[in-house]
Amino acid sequence: MNITLAHYLVLGAILFAISVIGIFLNRKNVIVLLMAIELMLLAVNMNFVAFSHYLGDMAGQVFVFFILTVAAAEAAIGLAILVVLFRKTDTIDADNLDHLKG
Amino acid sequence: MTMTFDPSTLFAIFFYGFAGLLVISAVRVITARNPVHAALFLVLSFFCASGLWMLLKAEFLSLALILVYVGAVMVLFLFVVMMLDLDIEHLRRDFKKFLPVAFLMGAVIVLELSIVIIRSFIGTNAPVQVMPEEVAANNTLALGRLIFVDYVYAFEVAGVILLVAIIAAVALTLRNRKDSKTQNIHEQVNVIATDRMRIVKMGSDMAAKQDTRGEKK
Repeated sequence: MNITLAHYLVLGAILFAISVIGIFLNRKNVIVLLMAIELMLLAVNMNFVAFSHYLGDMAGQVFVFFILTVAAAEAAIGLAILVVLFRKTDTIDADNLDHLKG
Repeated sequence: MTMTFDPSTLFAIFFYGFAGLLVISAVRVITARNPVHAALFLVLSFFCASGLWMLLKAEFLSLALILVYVGAVMVLFLFVVMMLDLDIEHLRRDFKKFLPVAFLMGAVIVLELSIVIIRSFIGTNAPVQVMPEEVAANNTLALGRLIFVDYVYAFEVAGVILLVAIIAAVALTLRNRKDSKTQNIHEQVNVIATDRMRIVKMGSDMAAKQDTRGEKK
């Protein structure tokens, strides 16, 4: 029984679909939204690492490295915004974010 | 009698173990009632992903995932989740209402991705391209050579992005408390002697009178 590239791609697709469903399910809860975004990035990284291994090219792993960096920055800023939001409105309900009347 | 395992069978067992645990914990992340539990399941899913990357011989990234995500990002998440006093019932109220839309969207995504994967990758059984011997032997060395030679500008931009994130996070969450003891540099520099000190002239015999006069005032 050989594990091929397709196995990893299917796993990445399943993970991505789960996180998309999670974004729709937890429309109100901004914390779980951020977690679902982290899961999405993990799915993308999974594909990058799998391609890197099965095509024998290290460049894919470099991209994962940069995605990890950007994801860490994004999580830090997102959580900071979340803390400010909670101080202002006393809730993290995304439906309250309508001050710009967009 | 010794049990011998075919390496590819062992690989498959580990792959399915980690993958199954990863999918289960990912589902629990998006359905957990308590955000603290969701964060902990996200930690579990990162551990599983790191195991899967280890199987693909990406040792450095596998360990970096644990250090960066479990060690830093998820601790940050847990801190924030525990610091905020959340009204979970209110946040979960529309959970059932979004269920049909969510599954519709999920089905669309699964359909699209499976069309791409089935048409392009399943059954082709393309042979694994082996990495050059010196690359495969030391993953960290090879990755370091790529990052610091070929992708050095991107690496520096990544550093700047992290700096921006630090400054933005501090600037967003910093607030001036009224009772905190801070310096007002402008006032301190512009102070003149008469603001701080008053010179009182008095003769030695006048001391008693001065005292009473002072009291009357």
